[in-house]
Amino acid sequence: MEIELDQLLADLQSLDHSDPSSLRASLDQIQSRVENLANVARSGPVRRPKVECQDMSSEVVDSNPYSRLMALQRMGIVENYERIRDFSIAIVGAGGVGSVAAEMLTRCGIGRLLLYDYDKVELANMNRLFFRPDQVGMTKTDAAVQTLSDINPDVVLESYTLNITTVDGFETFVSSLNNKSFCPSKEGTGVDLVLSCVDNYEARMAVNQACNELSQTWLESGVSEDAVSGHIQLLIPGETACFACAPPLVVASGIDERTLKREGVCAASLPTTMGVVAGLLVQNTLKFLLGFGQVSPYLGYNSLKDFFPTMQMKSNPQCSNVACLKRQEEYILAEPARDAAAKAKLEAEPQSVEEGPLHEDNEWNISVVDDNEPEGVDTKSSDVLPEGFTREFPSADESPSLDTSEAPVTDDDDLDALQKQLEALNSA
Amino acid sequence: MEGWDPNTKSTLTQIPLLTTKAGPRDGTAWTQRLKEEYKSLIAYTQMNKSNDNDWFRISAANPEGTRWTGKCWYVYNLLKYEFDLQFDIPVTYPSTAPELELPQLDGKTQKMYRGGKICLTVHFKPLWAKNCPRFGIAHALCLGLAPWLAAEVPILVDSGMIKHKDDAATSAES
Repeated sequence: MEIELDQLLADLQSLDHSDPSSLRASLDQIQSRVENLANVARSGPVRRPKVECQDMSSEVVDSNPYSRLMALQRMGIVENYERIRDFSIAIVGAGGVGSVAAEMLTRCGIGRLLLYDYDKVELANMNRLFFRPDQVGMTKTDAAVQTLSDINPDVVLESYTLNITTVDGFETFVSSLNNKSFCPSKEGTGVDLVLSCVDNYEARMAVNQACNELSQTWLESGVSEDAVSGHIQLLIPGETACFACAPPLVVASGIDERTLKREGVCAASLPTTMGVVAGLLVQNTLKFLLGFGQVSPYLGYNSLKDFFPTMQMKSNPQCSNVACLKRQEEYILAEPARDAAAKAKLEAEPQSVEEGPLHEDNEWNISVVDDNEPEGVDTKSSDVLPEGFTREFPSADESPSLDTSEAPVTDDDDLDALQKQLEALNSA
Repeated sequence: MEGWDPNTKSTLTQIPLLTTKAGPRDGTAWTQRLKEEYKSLIAYTQMNKSNDNDWFRISAANPEGTRWTGKCWYVYNLLKYEFDLQFDIPVTYPSTAPELELPQLDGKTQKMYRGGKICLTVHFKPLWAKNCPRFGIAHALCLGLAPWLAAEVPILVDSGMIKHKDDAATSAES
């Protein structure tokens, strides 16, 4: 605004020397510019008040921030949209994807948001959405809370400026997920879903560890470092593959898709790809929470070919993560109960009438095959990769013989003595 | 291990391997792991000293052994360049490697993540993943930090990004 005012002043001064015949037009132009500026000044930051009662109104008036969302019920998409006020979502990483996802959920009127990040806003982040240049230097969590509480004061915001891969940070992370003060009646942890929007393998493994231990369902997201592809993945501990079940041993070789490298100085990023991935992530979050549509177990996004592959990954019985194996055991134990519940649900639904054959004759013996049916050989030998895949990392080669022979030998050593020995070497 | 020079290879084979797969949240198993870490670090330091190739100091900065601080140095054109070295043991250790930090070089090279974490993604992380849990801190220094210093310090010095401490002192006086 300052720049515009200065320019206006300069223009006014130049009027002195200008031709009287064009004075009229110049004056009109200046008048309209002043009016615009006055409008901008008048509509300065006004905080919208909190919605008074706990109910979301479906009344269609300009002043109701939720009218368009409540219309989802009228359209028959969502049964009870207001339930969104009861849900807590944890967003780990407030970068290009996480911050946008947070804004989307805030605008949707989510009950509570927990934000985790340890980084600061930089000018280099301005090619992405959400953060503004005047927030440079603030922590991403502080800047996010500032913007989000302005957009929707109804949302309860909790921010944690910490690194979840360190021991202390991880403890705070886990205890914050477990905090049920927002919704004491909740079973399990205090949050309904964890969204991982981090940019590196270590942090994903830390989220994976926490969610496996807490048996907490989470959604993972990522954008490749060349900024042209991304993915989201649903992880239900014990049921679907955890992040350690399928370590990044394989990557599609069609394009360079190293989605697991983090944002260094050299990584590229686009607001478009990040916006698309954040959109896919939050759309699936809403479907998961409000119970409409289907939540994709894995959804890829290849922007070069506009290709959206989906797939399913079962948990790995040889997973290296102990907590994951425990959850897998529980999942298998709970199978009879699950089957019974599914059967009961099936019976409760109105029986469909026995259908006769759709076509009387089938001259060419055409039959429909289920997409999900495994296709024999490939799934059996895990060493054989499908065509188009290469191993990014060498495959793990655990050698149990080595472990059994060497493990119990050295319990008699004293930690302090060893420490002193190293210090002695250090000072020598 | 193709592509590594025979020197590094022979050094590596002499660093004792670790056997306990335990992270900082695993109680007594972590203590056992910590003992193994110390043993391999002691062996590696001794080996370096006896080969006249001493190039780092590292010690635990807290009793739990989850934070480590020290120094590392590299000799280039007969001048010694020394840097602070620090790292945390991640909660998911040893599934994920420690992220080695040289905070003084933060922002001076592209081969580094924010906060001075050196880039290990290509040359070291695959090796660590393959050798989990047998590799420890000593291996991370030998295969992660040492080659990084050998590659980056000459470039940093030649491009004038870092100055030897004697040069820096004289140029400040003049």
